[in-house]
Amino acid sequence: MTTTPVTEPSPRRRRSIQWHRARLQDSWMETRTARTLVFDVPGWPGHDAGQHVDVKLTADDGYSAQRSYSIASVPNSSRVELTVQAASGGEVSPYLVHDMRPGDELALRGPIGGWLRWIADLEEPVLLVAGGAGIVPLMAMLRQRNHAGSSAPFHLVYSARTPDHLFYANELHSIGQNVSGVIIDRLYSRSGLPDDPRPAGHLRPADIPEANSTAHGAPRVYVCGPSEFVEHATQILAGRGHLPAAVRTERFGPSGG
Amino acid sequence: MSVISRGFGGRRGESDPRVPPGQYLTDSFPVLSAGPTPQVELDDWRLDITDVDGTRSAVTWPQLMGLPSEEITVDIHCVTTWSKLDTVWRGVSVDTLLAGAGSEADFAMVRSYGGYSTNLPLEDLLDGKAWVAFEYDGDELDPAHGGPARLLVPHLYLWKSAKWINGIELRVDDEPGFWETLGYHEYGDPWLEQRYSGD
Ligand SMILES: Cc1cc2nc3c(=O)[nH]c(=O)nc-3n(C[C@H](O)[C@H](O)[C@H](O)COP(=O)(O)OP(=O)(O)OC[C@H]3O[C@@H](n4cnc5c(N)ncnc54)[C@H](O)[C@@H]3O)c2cc1C
Repeated sequence: MTTTPVTEPSPRRRRSIQWHRARLQDSWMETRTARTLVFDVPGWPGHDAGQHVDVKLTADDGYSAQRSYSIASVPNSSRVELTVQAASGGEVSPYLVHDMRPGDELALRGPIGGWLRWIADLEEPVLLVAGGAGIVPLMAMLRQRNHAGSSAPFHLVYSARTPDHLFYANELHSIGQNVSGVIIDRLYSRSGLPDDPRPAGHLRPADIPEANSTAHGAPRVYVCGPSEFVEHATQILAGRGHLPAAVRTERFGPSGG
Repeated sequence: MSVISRGFGGRRGESDPRVPPGQYLTDSFPVLSAGPTPQVELDDWRLDITDVDGTRSAVTWPQLMGLPSEEITVDIHCVTTWSKLDTVWRGVSVDTLLAGAGSEADFAMVRSYGGYSTNLPLEDLLDGKAWVAFEYDGDELDPAHGGPARLLVPHLYLWKSAKWINGIELRVDDEPGFWETLGYHEYGDPWLEQRYSGD
């Protein structure tokens, strides 16, 4: 592991962020209320792990609604994967989770966001802290790490309500078992597994590694989830010695998971 | 581009002419920030004002509290597409804070605890269009929403209303701030949907 700091190139600059026509190609349920949607997006310029898109749904009379969704997949020309949690009573997410069928279309624009972003040139250790649907952009980083053959040490702390609310459960299990340099901790806030040594409950200081606990120096930290989760997690991170400048956050608003 | 999404109905309440294009109304108050919420003690709080010639002055918390403040009722619009109508704030007009400064400036760089910054044309901060706000809905401003004090420029997307404000630097020329460097629009007019660079 080198100690030379890697200068982080700024996100590709382009004149404007274009709207694209996106067609639903494939999809599957991650949980009973969350779905991964795979879109074919001709002309997609590619993206970096952690970035998001703005999705616009338009009804046949022209009425439209727009929301942001993180990209779950690794960079690819023309394929964009999102994972959406249905918010009860929500306007956009229940359509994406329950109503949209393969072949249906929406407008999508991106990639957006240059801050919550990880690229494989970065070698320092990474700590990912996810609450609920906040796993989505952090999963893209983990996938990108493995896809690019990076050896950056990754530690994911993922808090979900119950084991039934875990996104990417099999994939995370397999990464945790088979990929060296990656630690995966799943925590449950409402109720966990019967043999879980950790009692269910919100994130606690003991769930978060201390800043000086890795052999390679303090990690770069990414936190994502509903606002209250991010607020709570960043306070714990500060108490565990993580400097504010090392912590990048994204708040999904009150309904993010 | 107009792409119809089959089977999408939407939740159209009454359409309110106060809601800009691409925005939806919310009753809650979501948060957009890039890092941990800075915790700022009032004893340490300062608002530095730097003029184009380098002249600096600092406003302390007791001084801010001693300035005439106003109750402001405005609509606010976040680039993440929520809008909130008739929000009630208390703050000091930027006109009052800048009195006497900035005669040669055309732009301002507003800085915050935590290292964020945002750029605005100076005229968007003057003539009763912007405040340094320290109360929201009758209570002291919550740190997650920018307390102890934030800029409030309601006619632009909310990222221009820098949370945890600690400096206004008057400038002759423009330079992008934190979010603007990361791809957000340099001006951010919600009525023109100026969300991202190039819009
Ligand atoms: C940068 C970013 C990335 C994001 N990434 C993801 C992601 O990867 N996955 C994901 O799932 N989400 C993500 N989100 C959240 C997403 O953008 C939406 O906020 C979320 O899907 C809810 O949208 P909605 O239209 O379904 O709900 P909304 O219509 O916005 O409503 C939100 C909640 O408010 C309630 N509500 C509001 N108004 C009414 C009303 N009039 N009647 C009834 N109920 C009401 C609903 O019960 C609902 O639970 C992200 C957000 C941001 C900012």
